Amino acid sequence: MPRLAIAQLRPTKGDYGANLQKIGGVLAQIAKLDPPADLVVFPETATSGYFVEGGVRDVAVTAGTLFRDLTVEHEAAGAPPVDVAIGFYEVFQNHFYNSCLYASLGNAAPGIRQVHRKVFLPTYGVFDEERFVDRGREIRAFDTRWGRAAILICEDAWHSLSGTIAALQGAQLVIVPSASPARGTGMDEEGIRLPASVVRWERILRGMADEHGVWVAFASLVGFEGGKGFPGGSVVVSPAGDIVLRGPLFEEAVLTLRCRLRGDHAGASGGAAASGSRSQSAASHQESGERGAGSRGQEAQAERRAV
Amino acid sequence: MQFDPATNGTAPRSPLPAPKIHVVGRGVEEGDPLAIDPDLARRWLTSFLKDEVVRRRGFTKGIVGLSGGVDSSLTAFLAVEALGKENVIGVRMPYRTSSPESLDHALLVIQTLGIQAVTIDITAAVNGYLAQVEQNGDVDPTRRGNVMARERMIVLFDLSAKYKALPIGTSNKSERLLGYFTWHADDTPPVNPLGDLFKTQVRALARHVGVPEVILRKPPTPDLVPGQTTEGDFGISYDKVDRILYYLIRGMKPAEVVARGFTPEEVAKVAGRLESTHWKRRLPTVAMMSQTAIGEFYLRPVDY
Repeated sequence: MPRLAIAQLRPTKGDYGANLQKIGGVLAQIAKLDPPADLVVFPETATSGYFVEGGVRDVAVTAGTLFRDLTVEHEAAGAPPVDVAIGFYEVFQNHFYNSCLYASLGNAAPGIRQVHRKVFLPTYGVFDEERFVDRGREIRAFDTRWGRAAILICEDAWHSLSGTIAALQGAQLVIVPSASPARGTGMDEEGIRLPASVVRWERILRGMADEHGVWVAFASLVGFEGGKGFPGGSVVVSPAGDIVLRGPLFEEAVLTLRCRLRGDHAGASGGAAASGSRSQSAASHQESGERGAGSRGQEAQAERRAV
Repeated sequence: MQFDPATNGTAPRSPLPAPKIHVVGRGVEEGDPLAIDPDLARRWLTSFLKDEVVRRRGFTKGIVGLSGGVDSSLTAFLAVEALGKENVIGVRMPYRTSSPESLDHALLVIQTLGIQAVTIDITAAVNGYLAQVEQNGDVDPTRRGNVMARERMIVLFDLSAKYKALPIGTSNKSERLLGYFTWHADDTPPVNPLGDLFKTQVRALARHVGVPEVILRKPPTPDLVPGQTTEGDFGISYDKVDRILYYLIRGMKPAEVVARGFTPEEVAKVAGRLESTHWKRRLPTVAMMSQTAIGEFYLRPVDY
């Protein structure tokens, strides 16, 4: 029964060092959780911001470099052993990828568990990824100390084949880091107006979870980049396809949730915390016990308190 | 049924009904394609201003040129919500022939919001220039209007440096698509919250955030020529213009737009303006001579 944390962050554009520090700040907050978190999921391109164009050459690091730097941040934070999944621009043998690192920090066997390279690169409309990075070639589930996971980055999840592959390989949790600019006006099933893209995302994630009976953890970037606004609104979806936890719109937040991998969705509990200011946000965290979050009303009711 | 080579392969007489599929990004469908959720739009745009003005560019303050119209009034309201009233400066820049109403309505916004106000009369600057180039009254209203619009940007940017306040733009999507603005004047401020909202959407949002009714009710005008109104210049109401633009930029052919209840003349007029003003929505054309041409090969986003 891993305890999940999702950090929806607003990175500083192109500043790897500053973003690592921010990630370290989240790890320091996670360190105060009791019981501790088993896994913290960060959004796509959390170390650089998403729209960097040719700047991908400046901000890309190897998975090994990121792991080393995370280890330093983790030690500095004094955090207990924890796994992290973090989206970043990766350089590997002179090729660039939009990747997500899954690593174990601080335990008896620290190390890189998986590097997923985004397979489906959106290159249409507001997106231009294939111009700047190469495609990944596989989707593969992998074992962790709490169970089996797979990673799909953003557009990967929009192709139903991806979730199917992850599930066929035995993933119990599908991790979806994302950077998807809000667009359009839509309405969810409760009649609440949201960016149409957010509504569409929830439909896709719920469909994936429901079809395959997997947990889905969706970590969404926050903040405007050149007028294009990443909306946050991270969610955790239970294997029954229910949204059991939701992050706020347009604000940074750290969300936590305990999920029962082998049981049903009834075991979910969690809470959300948010802060408008950058200095507080990474340091803002809240546990809300058996809130059974999921409705937007509860999101609004959640106490906001910096720990 | 007998095989008839004459009809084989042609389209059936009655085309199949189009399936009703909701497509993301198309927004609220047909009934009112321009409907927005004002509360969501308000959160969206105040978040935009906080991020783009403060976090990305490191400014605490914003400066807005106030014409007394709905666009700049709404911009000031949003800026106050995002930055705080002590961090927003409203600038009125009347010319001798500007309508006194424009000045009064801008003052109403300043007083309603309780923001710092600056008033700069641009008459001397504009006339000082025109006196040197005008021969026998040959400066037509378009040239005069352009000189005024550009002078206002000189003022806004200089005051920006004086007060360390970022200029916030007020151009809406309708006038940007029609090219109904002075190039490198109204479109110049580095951040613009309203540029993806049609005029009718601007009005709806302005009403929602509390822009005074007298401003919402008056006809839009650039006030560059006495008695001028925007809709008078077009000969079509914004209500129609916005819908025609919406359909055109969604990819409909003019005939398809006409079928939605507009005259061919109205559609042709709007399409003509849209198609002849692409250059106004772009940076100047640069002769490319290398493998490192800026924006062609050397690609970095604005906030990098």
